[in-house]
Amino acid sequence: MIAEAGHFALALALALSLALSTLPLLGAARGDAALMEAARPLSHGVLLTIAAAFGFLAWAYVVNDTTVMNVVQNSHSLKPLLYKITGVWGNHEGSMVLWVLILAICAASVAAFGGNLPSVFRARVLAVLGWVLVGFLAFILLTSNPFERVWPPPPDGQGLNPLLQDIALAIHPPLLYVGYVGTAITYAFAVAALIEGRVDSAWGRWVRPWAVASWAFLTLGIAIGSWWAYYELGWGGFWFWDPVENASLLPWLAGTALLHSAIVVEKREALKIWSVLLALLAFGLSLLGTFLVRSGVLNSVHAFANDPERGVFILGLLLAYVGGGFLLFALRAPAMAPTGLFAPVSREGALVLNNLLMCSLAVVVFLGTLWPMFADFLFGVSISVGPPFFNMASFPLVVPLFLAMAVGPLMPWKRAALWPAVQRLWAAAVLGLLGFLAALAIGGWNPLPLLGFAAAAYLIGAAITDIADRAGVGRTTLANAWNRARGLPRAAWGAAIAHAGVGVCLAGISGMGFATERIAALSPGQSVAIGAYEWRLEGVRDAAGPNWTSRRATLTVLHNGQPYAVMEPERRFFPIGRQTTTEASIRTNILRDLYAVMGEEEGGRAVIRVHYKPLAPLIWIGAIIMAAGGFLSLSDRRLRVAGGARRREAQAGVPA
Amino acid sequence: MTPALRRRLLLLAPFGIVAAGGAAFYGMLQGLQTGEFNPRGVPSVLIGRPAPAFDLPEVPGAEVPLFRHADIAPPGRPVIVNFWASWCVPCVVEHPQLMALSREGVPVFGIAYKDRPEDSRGFLRRHGNPFARLARDEPGRAAIDWGVYGVPETYLLDAQGIIRWRFAGAVTPEILAREIRPLLRRYAS
Repeated sequence: MIAEAGHFALALALALSLALSTLPLLGAARGDAALMEAARPLSHGVLLTIAAAFGFLAWAYVVNDTTVMNVVQNSHSLKPLLYKITGVWGNHEGSMVLWVLILAICAASVAAFGGNLPSVFRARVLAVLGWVLVGFLAFILLTSNPFERVWPPPPDGQGLNPLLQDIALAIHPPLLYVGYVGTAITYAFAVAALIEGRVDSAWGRWVRPWAVASWAFLTLGIAIGSWWAYYELGWGGFWFWDPVENASLLPWLAGTALLHSAIVVEKREALKIWSVLLALLAFGLSLLGTFLVRSGVLNSVHAFANDPERGVFILGLLLAYVGGGFLLFALRAPAMAPTGLFAPVSREGALVLNNLLMCSLAVVVFLGTLWPMFADFLFGVSISVGPPFFNMASFPLVVPLFLAMAVGPLMPWKRAALWPAVQRLWAAAVLGLLGFLAALAIGGWNPLPLLGFAAAAYLIGAAITDIADRAGVGRTTLANAWNRARGLPRAAWGAAIAHAGVGVCLAGISGMGFATERIAALSPGQSVAIGAYEWRLEGVRDAAGPNWTSRRATLTVLHNGQPYAVMEPERRFFPIGRQTTTEASIRTNILRDLYAVMGEEEGGRAVIRVHYKPLAPLIWIGAIIMAAGGFLSLSDRRLRVAGGARRREAQAGVPA
Repeated sequence: MTPALRRRLLLLAPFGIVAAGGAAFYGMLQGLQTGEFNPRGVPSVLIGRPAPAFDLPEVPGAEVPLFRHADIAPPGRPVIVNFWASWCVPCVVEHPQLMALSREGVPVFGIAYKDRPEDSRGFLRRHGNPFARLARDEPGRAAIDWGVYGVPETYLLDAQGIIRWRFAGAVTPEILAREIRPLLRRYAS
């Protein structure tokens, strides 16, 4: 019964979404307030029905209902409860239900909290979200029904993919989906603005919180994915330029560009056409990622179960939404004239530079990911693009990006002189030099990581300079500056913190350049050392978990000859899937990671690989700081829709 | 062309790109269904032909004998030729399967593709060496002659040195059991 109820709830959601996608538009065109107002209860109804469907599906997982195909394929009674629940979105069908659930939550929150948006505009935004909901609900119901029954029911499920029983992998998709869905909201705002044919500073203000939220969640989602690769794949890397990773990076790059260009729209009413284009593009790239991962055109280890038929459906959705959006853009954008003018050297200019560099990076990643496929399809030529290409092509783009990132926030709007802004960065430059020298003294000559440390220290210094400068440090008493700093808008703090987060992350990446590793076949009692650390193998023993058995090594870590910690790397064997996974053991003190992996055993000796990774945790801490900057900026009073609307009314009162 | 028209055309460009890209993707999906386009098991024109000639340097310091063209012209028994790189994630995934083949005595010959020698060496030291012979194709020239789509890519040659099977992507335990082992048995005699 539960499965049928869930299926019915999804069908009901589709019906409500169909109404949501048409009635408010009709109302907006006719000026019928009642039809426009229907958007709000309809979006709440969609949320309710989809939440019910998701709940029914989760329930089927929790009770291990083996009459449901999806449960049989992806779950097992022996799975810990937590992973039964996270298993709901660990597969194609369930993850699509989560996707529409998050979209419905966002649509309902636009309906609930967008009370101060103009009612015509809000109706159109919700209707556009209705189209997106219709498309994806139809996709689920027609090609990926999670509630399909199987009869007679098998005794138990088959799904125990050990790689998926992992906490990072469990929270990674929801975070990424919130990010992707956030781009759907900015897309809806862009399309609604194109339908109205008007983009003004208010539009920039409405779009920005969604762009920032989507960006912050994408940042966290990508960081957690990378962290998973770091500890689970067992060889210490954190980014592999895998097509699926790139697919999540592309909307992040477009979203980063959008949240910066929306500032210019809000403050100066410039870059309007460009921002609308970016909003369409960010959603397009999110959908492209969905298409690539789920259609089978891509050759990757991360890809979901592939099915060309589903691919055709997603491609149809992609073309309808993105193609339709761009067609509307081509029709309406020529009529939108830029109003705010600015000199090339100005805050706007710096943000334009940021946009150009971000988009160039996106183009590099896009071509590197897709070109091999297209070359193969169109010309039958096989080419391979790997990290060497991405590293080489992105390096000349990130260097000016880091330089400009520091200078931009210090420049005034409209017209600026470059030199005074650069002058104010002297302290940051000194910090950069110190970072370089300190890394040189500790790590030795290694040009790229050293430059990375210099840039990291420079970026953090520049972020501090930004806040200090706004607070008037040096121009007033310290106590006064402190008060002014506390009174600065949270958006200013958020920007500075996010920029500093980039510096912290960069320091972590540079630290990877100094990482060292050793591998040795050890008998109990023997040890292997890196620098002041020594790993002594005490023994290898059998261990068992709920659905695995393992060989676990016990290593005593000695620091300068004194016992310091115990590390227990293991190799787990999952009998039901006949799979082996490596569980690396990691000891961190934030400034460095000790990383140990156990390899094969032979003749009483175990192969032990140990890494010493200075500053590695900073990569993910930096990403968390970036996202924290985004969330702080979200809490800015000015960004809240209510605050924005008040100002808009004030503006409307001024005769033009 | 008037500036206004040029502006209109420029603003139409994103739509044009999406339309063209969409058409190509649609072609790929159709190809996937008919089997004409397959990103994993790209049907190679080399199937049924002898392996292309190559002359590659060794991986210095790896202490694995150099893989020469003479080794497979003909090899005298079925062999596996594997293109790999230390920077490739699927190569880590398939590595245990290559190790298993190597332990069973199947000659596995490796070509390190666009990889620095120290990185290749590091990879083999970390994960173990499945390769009986090894060569280094840093510029990727031999890979072009072989028609390599991307690493990892694996070829199975019969005793006469004729390419019988090709697979682009990680050799999973299933691929090993369902494809490689039966082929090895078939061409063993």
